[in-house]
Amino acid sequence: MTRIIVVTSGKGGVGKTTTSAAVAMGLAQRGHRTVVIDFDVGLRNIDLIMGCERRVVYDFINVINGEANINQAMIRDKRCNDLYILPTSQTKDKEALTRKGVGKVLDELSESFDYIVCDSPAGIEHGAKMAMYFADDAIVVTNPEVSSVRDSDRMLGILASKSRRAENNQEPIKEYLLLTRYCPQRVKQGEMLHVDDVQEILSLHLLGVIPESRSVLSASNAGKPVILDEKSDAGDAYADVVERYLGQELPHRFLEVQRKGLLGRLFGG
Amino acid sequence: MGLLDYFRSTRRGSASVAKERLQILVAHDRIARDSPSYLPMMQKELLAVICKYVQVDQDAISVNLEQDGNQEILELNIVLPEHSSPQQAVGS
Ligand SMILES: Nc1ncnc2c1ncn2[C@@H]1O[C@H](COP(=O)(O)OP(=O)(O)OP(=O)(O)O)[C@@H](O)[C@H]1O
Ligand SMILES: [Mg+2]
Repeated sequence: MTRIIVVTSGKGGVGKTTTSAAVAMGLAQRGHRTVVIDFDVGLRNIDLIMGCERRVVYDFINVINGEANINQAMIRDKRCNDLYILPTSQTKDKEALTRKGVGKVLDELSESFDYIVCDSPAGIEHGAKMAMYFADDAIVVTNPEVSSVRDSDRMLGILASKSRRAENNQEPIKEYLLLTRYCPQRVKQGEMLHVDDVQEILSLHLLGVIPESRSVLSASNAGKPVILDEKSDAGDAYADVVERYLGQELPHRFLEVQRKGLLGRLFGG
Repeated sequence: MGLLDYFRSTRRGSASVAKERLQILVAHDRIARDSPSYLPMMQKELLAVICKYVQVDQDAISVNLEQDGNQEILELNIVLPEHSSPQQAVGS
């Protein structure tokens, strides 16, 4: 059975697209046929983060409008055979994503894919609602910061009530908390919310903690999901997230301040 | 750990303030979200009934639904005007 995963958040800019790219690549690397869809109509980001922006010919909206078929619009990743990208267009007409159209595309993809990862825009705008409506699982991306945590809680209310599963009286969407941009140093100094505090407030299953890391920007500069960077702590944390999602129990890493070597101690901040 | 770090870690950080504020905020949000949709309508109708007998303001009445263990408590608060003389009941 195909699982549709929505990567969502209440507040913008918290790391949804970074997460969608990493999780989709991680699932595909482990041999699961995966497609990542960009629901952020008008902004169009996932193709940039995946590094395939120059290969876009048709997009999600074209498929919905019947101007192209799904195989013409999907881009196969050059690094991993099991990964496909369905980009979106920069059209201003967000209403182009109709529930019927989206549902039809997802049904068609469900015939050949194991996982469909939906990169959602923030909040409860039309595109975000469309991405949430069909989901089986939701990764609620949250930063350790007051407005982000509060907005995540609001999203939980919507996930619970405004979905296909809720309408059909099926088992509710499985919700996972992903805490990103975490700085153990600042947590230790009492300047940043501790992961336990965020989890206590939201009472969600913790899928992982991604540390604040410079490697995320370098990965996005290069058009390469950070999970492919073997030297990156954020990349390692995303690999753990994928394993946990697939059912492995792993301890959470990168929660403590990393010990620096002598040079780091002399010159580091 | 440097001396500076030592002083920093003993200071009560802003994170604990953030946690307290969040707990209150989220609790409020959830009450509003989970309250049944008939509540506003019921409040309006109750107000109409009360106004038949006592002249009260729109904001003199508050309806609250609270969760207490596995019990739900519907709390109805009406502030009567100071010299509330019983009005003549309409239509009787
Ligand atoms: N773990 C991290 N460490 C450092 N920077 C990060 C991390 N995660 C995300 N970022 C940075 O934060 C910014 C926003 O990330 P991203 O685009 O993934 O967020 P988003 O939730 O998709 O945003 P939007 O709501 O606009 O779609 C980017 O510049 C990204 O490089
Ligand atoms: Mg995004």
